[in-house]
Amino acid sequence: MSIIADYISQKSKTNEKALSVFLTAGFPNKDSFVDLAIKILDSGADMLEIGFPFSDPLADGPVIQHSSQIAIENGINLKETFNLVRKIREGTEKPLIMMGYANPVLSYGMNKFANDAKSAGVNGVIIPDVPIEEYDNFFNGHFVGLDTILLITPTTSNDRIKAIDEKSSGFLYCVSVSGTTGAQQKGKSASLDFIKRTNLIAKKNNTLVGFGISNENDARAFAPYCQGIIVGSAVIKSLMNDDKSYSNTLKLIAALKKGLSS
Amino acid sequence: MSQSTNYNFPDDNGRFGKYGGKFVPETLITPLQELENMYNELNEDPQFHDELNKLNKEYSGRPTPLTFAEGLTNYFNRGKIYLKREDLCHTGAHKINNALGQILLAKKLGKTRIIAETGAGQHGVAVATVCAKFGLKCFIYMGEVDIERQSLNVFRMKLLGAEVIPVSSGSKTLKDATNEAIRDWVTNVKDTHYIIGSVVGPHPYPMIVRNFQSVIGIEVKEQIQKAEGRLPDYIVACVGGGSNAIGIFFPFINSGVKLIGVEAGGYGINTSKHCATLTLGREGIFQGMKTYLLQNDEGQVSEVHSISAGLDYPGVGPEHSFFKDEIIADYFSVTDDEAIRATELLSQKEGIIPALESAHAIAYLDYLMPETTKEEIIIVNVSGRGDKDLNTIKNSLGY
Repeated sequence: MSIIADYISQKSKTNEKALSVFLTAGFPNKDSFVDLAIKILDSGADMLEIGFPFSDPLADGPVIQHSSQIAIENGINLKETFNLVRKIREGTEKPLIMMGYANPVLSYGMNKFANDAKSAGVNGVIIPDVPIEEYDNFFNGHFVGLDTILLITPTTSNDRIKAIDEKSSGFLYCVSVSGTTGAQQKGKSASLDFIKRTNLIAKKNNTLVGFGISNENDARAFAPYCQGIIVGSAVIKSLMNDDKSYSNTLKLIAALKKGLSS
Repeated sequence: MSQSTNYNFPDDNGRFGKYGGKFVPETLITPLQELENMYNELNEDPQFHDELNKLNKEYSGRPTPLTFAEGLTNYFNRGKIYLKREDLCHTGAHKINNALGQILLAKKLGKTRIIAETGAGQHGVAVATVCAKFGLKCFIYMGEVDIERQSLNVFRMKLLGAEVIPVSSGSKTLKDATNEAIRDWVTNVKDTHYIIGSVVGPHPYPMIVRNFQSVIGIEVKEQIQKAEGRLPDYIVACVGGGSNAIGIFFPFINSGVKLIGVEAGGYGINTSKHCATLTLGREGIFQGMKTYLLQNDEGQVSEVHSISAGLDYPGVGPEHSFFKDEIIADYFSVTDDEAIRATELLSQKEGIIPALESAHAIAYLDYLMPETTKEEIIIVNVSGRGDKDLNTIKNSLGY
């Protein structure tokens, strides 16, 4: 059974939508990161996606590229990320997901990654450069007990949506625009059409929508068509300019949650 | 396609053994599939090959000569050295072979916007050239370090009507330009075709680029038969991503010819500043492919160095990784200094100024030639000409 799927489904029963927030591990500051993560959960986030940095983040726009670079400079690697997640887990029961690229995972060792992730309290992983073509070969049964959350995008055909939904566990990550993280919505109607198309096809998983959602209004616009949203670049961008209490970022989290429930 | 027997890679999953594949964000899977379908269709179409052959002949100047290097042969006083003259291609390097093939693909796919990455600028110039000829908008990503050291090529691209987009992330070289080009493609996938410049990236690129570049080896096979009545004993080519090497190696797989790839040793492979990926790298996943990769213990990609912008890359084409493991080809490296000395040597013994990339292949002759006998035949791929590197060479030689 998937802890993440159960959690989202429980919320859906009461018509509540999940807010998943992406943070880059150790950003902006390694020492206060656990405190930040807990505060974000307390401000309305239902789940966290903790990004482990990679030198060449292909699917990311400038904002998350920058946070990854800072994280690497702050000495964050997979071992440090597991340490941070373990401490966050001590303070929350909510789902925790790790997100990052294939190479650091491969380099760390597949089994070791899976074991250390589970013992740190991680519930699922998102690896955006492992599409279903590479899924079996890459995961190769190593990740039992961890959800592997897969992505679909506006260029994904209906047949693929079906196949990806079958393989994905935890939820289906619905990328609302073609582009890197932090992409701007060019027109919500095209994104909404894509999400509606997905909803007709994806029967196994809940769908969470990400990319290009940056404020309360965006959250409100997407909420009726999914079981939750994912916000990354907008939060990282806010953290870049925030003071030490992270007050503006926590306000953003509260506003996003409000957008989902109104 | 001229292909050796018993060699049928990539497989249906785009793999060369365990290397290759499609490690890309989901957005790119559909365009990669469209590209593969279109390529497979055109590859079966004699008209497409006629069109490409005609362009290669009448626009690019193929076949390029195979030149007997008498001065160089006398200098080493061992085996007979021949040079495959890709430096004589239109635009001055082998990169045009792939650019012409891919622009035809892009037209058939109905794409109106072309993007590419470039290191030395030779691929960028080739793409800007074919975009000018075929009337497509052209955007070239180039690291800021490379823009500085290959400024002549930047000007050529601009003159050809392309927009050169400076890349300031990471090491500001070829790897980072490739990242930015991929990000552009993810964002503008509908109207854009990405012309990758080497046998790297996700499937089907390593296969497509190899096939377009294998015209080099096909010609060599015919030319050496004509000149010597037999196949050579050695073929030597430089390897960054590895497109000129694959192009000349491919028709000779399992033919008994010793295939030698020469990587950029930078300041030396006992330092951290080199690009000897196959010599010192280990398996990784990078820019859409599983391949040998220069990386640290944590799987972060290394900041690498070569005096030659075209070889300044921490990865390598997945087929070369396969060749290395299967010992289909052997890989060595030479340093910046050795490449500079080889540039001077070829210039003064043959009257041919090679690109710094190609000079790495020439430099390896210092190691190879003493091992050869007078009866043996060695072919070196001069993948490009050195005009673009004159500033760098001048600074290194100091005269």
